[in-house]
Amino acid sequence: MKNKIDYSSEWKLDPAPESIGHIKLKKKYDLFINGKWVKPKSGKYFATINPATEEKIADIAEAGQKDIDAAVKAAKNAYDTVWSKLSGKERGKYIYRIARLIQEKAREFSVIESLDGGKVIRESRDIDIPLAAAHFFYYAGWADKLEYAFPNRRPKSLGVAAQITPWNFPMLMIAWKIAPALAAGNTVVLKPAETTPLTALKLAEVIQEAGLPDGVVNIVTGYGKTGAMMVEHDDVAKVAFTGSTGVGKVIMKAIAGTEKKSTMELGGKAANIIFEDAPLDQAVEGIINGIYFNQGHVCCAGSRLFVQESVYDVVLRKLKDRMESLNVGDPMDKNTDIGAINSKKQLDVINDYIKIGKAEGAEIYQPKCTIPKKGYWCKPTLFTNVAQSNRIAQEEIFGPVLAVQTFRTVDEVITKANNTPFGLSAGVWTDKGSKIFNLTSQLKAGVVWGNTYNKFDPTSPFGGYKESGHGREGGLHGLEPYLKFD
Amino acid sequence: MAGKDYRLSPRVDQVGIQDRVDRITKRSIKNEAKRKGLYMILNMIDLTTLEGADTESKIKQMCYKAQHLHDELPGLPTTAAVCVYPNFVKTAVNEVKGSGVKVASVATAFPSGQSSTEIKLLDTKIAVDNGAHEVDMVISRGRFHSGDYNFVFDEIAAIKEACGKARLKVILETGELGTFDKVRRASDIAMDAGADFIKTSTGKISPAATLPVTLVMLEAIKDYYYETGKMIGMKPAGGISNSKLALQYLLMVKETLGGKWLTNEWFRFGASSLANDVLMQIMKQETGNYQSKDYFSKD
Repeated sequence: MKNKIDYSSEWKLDPAPESIGHIKLKKKYDLFINGKWVKPKSGKYFATINPATEEKIADIAEAGQKDIDAAVKAAKNAYDTVWSKLSGKERGKYIYRIARLIQEKAREFSVIESLDGGKVIRESRDIDIPLAAAHFFYYAGWADKLEYAFPNRRPKSLGVAAQITPWNFPMLMIAWKIAPALAAGNTVVLKPAETTPLTALKLAEVIQEAGLPDGVVNIVTGYGKTGAMMVEHDDVAKVAFTGSTGVGKVIMKAIAGTEKKSTMELGGKAANIIFEDAPLDQAVEGIINGIYFNQGHVCCAGSRLFVQESVYDVVLRKLKDRMESLNVGDPMDKNTDIGAINSKKQLDVINDYIKIGKAEGAEIYQPKCTIPKKGYWCKPTLFTNVAQSNRIAQEEIFGPVLAVQTFRTVDEVITKANNTPFGLSAGVWTDKGSKIFNLTSQLKAGVVWGNTYNKFDPTSPFGGYKESGHGREGGLHGLEPYLKFD
Repeated sequence: MAGKDYRLSPRVDQVGIQDRVDRITKRSIKNEAKRKGLYMILNMIDLTTLEGADTESKIKQMCYKAQHLHDELPGLPTTAAVCVYPNFVKTAVNEVKGSGVKVASVATAFPSGQSSTEIKLLDTKIAVDNGAHEVDMVISRGRFHSGDYNFVFDEIAAIKEACGKARLKVILETGELGTFDKVRRASDIAMDAGADFIKTSTGKISPAATLPVTLVMLEAIKDYYYETGKMIGMKPAGGISNSKLALQYLLMVKETLGGKWLTNEWFRFGASSLANDVLMQIMKQETGNYQSKDYFSKD
């Protein structure tokens, strides 16, 4: 290209770090069972680290079988003696109180979320924590209106819900799980991901402060083994899991043949489809937001880009230009766009896929950005010359890696978009409303965004088709998995 | 361009534009970046007075201010230009002689543009003959809305010719265009017809310049640059009266068009009260304290 815009400039932004002096963290966290902090009977602890610096933040208890037994027993007891006997209105008051306390401590939660997970402060401050509070507010409102939400169906609570949340949106996913469970009248044993347990443990303090009856919410920490003990426990009535498709399958096998209800919110490989009549500059912003949001650690990330061939060159040019102004680095800096990869393990996975992409013959592009020496980092990456049969186009990478393909006709792109084991989300960009409606009805995806991407709201249900899982979270639909009906 | 259908200009999505603007306004511009930015802003201002009440002496005062922004602090740049009505061009040219400050004159029946092309050309000619280095014209919004794009194009091209060596800024008056799609269309017409700068507003109606509208125009400039290799300048005008907002404009230019556009050859602010707010911020950076507004001259 003869004219290339040069994004280097002598005028550079100075570091603008968010202050972290105001947060209160303990050096060691025990398990939160029956409203109290208890030492794990297993006697074991593991470290949670800051992925941007590789430094240890705190020691976290690892729950064993006896601990899980105690947590489920506490939840069962709280359900039988207190929570199931409370009116919806009273349950709602507690949930509102939790929501307000999260709002009050929003800054502290945001900073801890970014420290523990590598997520940029701009996102934890503007998206994760406000949305988490919004979910509690939203479901608090339903607590006394279940009869109206499901008229003539006599909704009843289930009992103890075992909930396992992922590391990509730790606090937000906890809100998605706990808020509807409590509103519907269930009690909870929740396990946050092992790499990001701190906001969950901070939430335990909020729950204490809110005066929630002991045992209604129990927070236990540990690895996958701990999660398996929860899932397999006989007194659990409902399993809610967000995480990888692989683990989701293991859980489904474990609960097969039992009466446990389940929601699985699993992986994705979403198609983000750009038609030639789209508002291209905004579509490019949507592509960026679709794949580089939260370092690409997003189950609904727009990781497969389909561009209509007549605008392919211009979209790629605009996309590469836009990538030049993405800042990669310190998650605590307010100007950072892409933070640290959540863990060494995940960085290895992403780097493996980048190698695979190259070996498959795809062409790699990364902007000229610098990354810090210490910590886990991945530059925003895109692959062109990608075939539908390439692994980078089929498998979930869960990192800032975009696979770009072209298409010619509407039918072709629908076929390609649906040709995946996943079906969580999709994006459609066009100036023509009828085209959006045509695609939304034909794409096999739980969420389809029109001329935008990665937008969330508590009132909107979220969930997948096929290997992306089953059940819905959010909205009225999000209550249903926590209820039984006559 | 003959035969080009401007109805086919790229579409703009309002929600998406706002998303991009939000990313920019959330950036934090601090310390050295802020200091440098503030100096750049001063040097990009077209210090403007366009009032019925303007007098020769007011013009002279403003021209002095353009060259001596705050003598208490040595090393400050001058503004880029002063912007006046055609009948004050001669005075202004005299006052700024040798300082490097340019004289920009509004023309073409500013601000409404409601006159014949003959009058507009004469208006332009008077400004240029009197020594204006730059001409800020307004487009015929009525003709634009009625879809008579050829008329709008031809009028801009004719004014450009009348400008001779003077650089032409084309005011779209985005507050009257109604949609971002039309802002984009008007930008494309103006650039194709020979604009050296495209400018948002006259400052006489509200809304004047906004970040979203400016972003739409910057994207148009970028596409034009890729198409033709020609750089076009950008001038948001009206409604930019504080330093923080002005710094966000600079950052938007940087992230959309790169560092090459960050000089007063390619980017201007049309503003009257912005300079003093920037000076106040610079003094705050130098001394650590905010000073009263009355420590800065209001010319």
